[in-house]
Amino acid sequence: MSGLIKWIDDRLPIVDAFEKHMSKYYAPKNFNFWYAFGVLSMLVLVNQLLTGIWLTMMYTPTAEGAFASVEYIMRDVNYGWLLRYMHSTGASMFFLVVYLHMFRALMYGSYQKPRELIWVFGMAIYLLLMAEAFMGYVLPWGQMSYWGAQVIINLFSAIPGIGEDLAIWIRGDYLISGATLNRFFALHVVALPLVLVGLVILHILALHEVGSNNPDGVDIKKNKDENGIPKDGIPFHPYYTVHDLVPIAVFLAVFATIVFFFPEMGGYFLEKPNFQQADPLQTPDHIAPVWYFTPFYAMLRAVTFNLFGLSSQFWGVVVMGAAVAILFVLPWLDRSPVRSIRYKGMLSRIALTIFVVCFVMLGYLGTVPTTDIKTLLAQLGTLGYFGFFILMPFYTRMESTKPVPERVTTK
Amino acid sequence: MKQILSALILLLVPVLATAAGGGGNLDSMEPDLSDKASLQRGAKIFTNNCMGCHSAKYARYRLVAEDIGIPQELYEENLIFTDSRYGELMEIAMPGEEAEQWFGVAPPDLTLTARVNGPDWLYSYLRGFYKDESRPLGVNNVVFDNVGMPHVMVNKGGLCAEKPHIGAEESVDPATGETLNDGVCDDWAIEGSMEPEEFDQAMYDLTNFLVYLGEPALMDRKRIGVYVLIFIGIFFIFAYLLNREYWKDIH
Repeated sequence: MSGLIKWIDDRLPIVDAFEKHMSKYYAPKNFNFWYAFGVLSMLVLVNQLLTGIWLTMMYTPTAEGAFASVEYIMRDVNYGWLLRYMHSTGASMFFLVVYLHMFRALMYGSYQKPRELIWVFGMAIYLLLMAEAFMGYVLPWGQMSYWGAQVIINLFSAIPGIGEDLAIWIRGDYLISGATLNRFFALHVVALPLVLVGLVILHILALHEVGSNNPDGVDIKKNKDENGIPKDGIPFHPYYTVHDLVPIAVFLAVFATIVFFFPEMGGYFLEKPNFQQADPLQTPDHIAPVWYFTPFYAMLRAVTFNLFGLSSQFWGVVVMGAAVAILFVLPWLDRSPVRSIRYKGMLSRIALTIFVVCFVMLGYLGTVPTTDIKTLLAQLGTLGYFGFFILMPFYTRMESTKPVPERVTTK
Repeated sequence: MKQILSALILLLVPVLATAAGGGGNLDSMEPDLSDKASLQRGAKIFTNNCMGCHSAKYARYRLVAEDIGIPQELYEENLIFTDSRYGELMEIAMPGEEAEQWFGVAPPDLTLTARVNGPDWLYSYLRGFYKDESRPLGVNNVVFDNVGMPHVMVNKGGLCAEKPHIGAEESVDPATGETLNDGVCDDWAIEGSMEPEEFDQAMYDLTNFLVYLGEPALMDRKRIGVYVLIFIGIFFIFAYLLNREYWKDIH
């Protein structure tokens, strides 16, 4: 065995790589449970890739055959239903863990210098994940697949001048059709996963270059022992590989509970109208995106007024685009001398709380039909969302922060 | 431990969020896919009364027969009326375009109707027909206004002269002491060959079968799920103990 490893290592630096990324990668020892969501995202990614490959073996990417082939998988393929539910549940759980992973970064300032690139790669992953999920949702070719895609792609036609042509270029047709389904299939199973995996590798390489942040936001590399090992660091392997097994087991229990007992999740993970084949002539009563898009959908609908001679629909798209775009510049908006929320001032705490409340509220509002009061709430939520970012350079500088300890704290 | 608990709570948010909800005025129907006799009766009603016009084109005769426990020969003799073979999909002979001319809409495929509408709606719909001369076919439905479908099972279930009590609580009129909403219908325009309770049971069986038809995996998935969760539970114990062993010296 060791002979084989040596033979390979003489030709490929596997021992070196293992040490750099696992056994001699020193992670802070004070990680709390918020630090599990990164590894859980990886777990769900692997789940999506594997179940996706098997689903591709049985799926037919044509307008005529797609819906029936999904039912074929659900009925005739042995354990096809399990593959399909793991994939559909995985899509929702991917967003759940990614949202919690992002929230962790917001709380502990993991995006701050020198981790800006990790955050930017992370946001690119998030953006791509949204595209991936959107295109994947079209593939079963149910009513919501069809009309959801119709609504989202029509957004592009709100762009003045080039909008209409752009929408046709994306669809490959004048309306959503088999041509759209075919290209979405290609993008969903080949192009986007390829880029996604590449970005995940970059995300991790960038992380391992600068080292992990921790709940105290303390730089553990400042305190090293005589061997050059951070005093507050422990080798990722075996300590965190073993440590992560516990949240993985908890996550799998939740995941299995959904897959086996609530695969539709009351219509949030699999929407009821999607059990009807796509019908271009019959619009569903209420078109709602899947839950992970609803905060942005609510912001889109919150813009109800025309401005500078451009339609409210256009500004809605701008707001929605800006809501994602602003995430990318977050590392340069935070001017606080400290990283973690533990040592930031009251203003930062209030801002983060308002931000979370707004985001969750928008998420709810995006799932229900609009009323006057709900539109007003969505507008307030949108202001709260953007306020968190736009005001950040001010409140992070104004507030007084608490002193950060020299070493990490453990309970 | 506190952290694991809070993680659990966070991950369970979507589960809890879906616990709420429910329909408007519908009679509730609790499917029981372990009741093979009910499913077999439902399959019989479905083939005899529904499959004249409605297909179940995503389902396969063989799988249905195997799942609900009807031997191949018996199934072929009694429950396949077209020239379809045992291994084929449950398609029908009626062409959609002509059907559209006859009924205004082509009768929809029913494979997934239980997943779209839910068992409560189906159970209420099937028992919700009443006499309405203003409609072309002389019938209407409480839960599906201006329905295009005729009351196919009228000779068995009868036809109510007024709106039947669907989704209504049984109560006592305080003035007269009369029981209100007792039974599905007070005044029958056409008496059916079945007693109302008998017909309710038949429609329960049919709905039960449609629930099965919508998701055959429902037969197995909860049973398998229990084993999977037990496995994960055991894995959790080992993971927890292993973690504690490795971390006991880290402070």
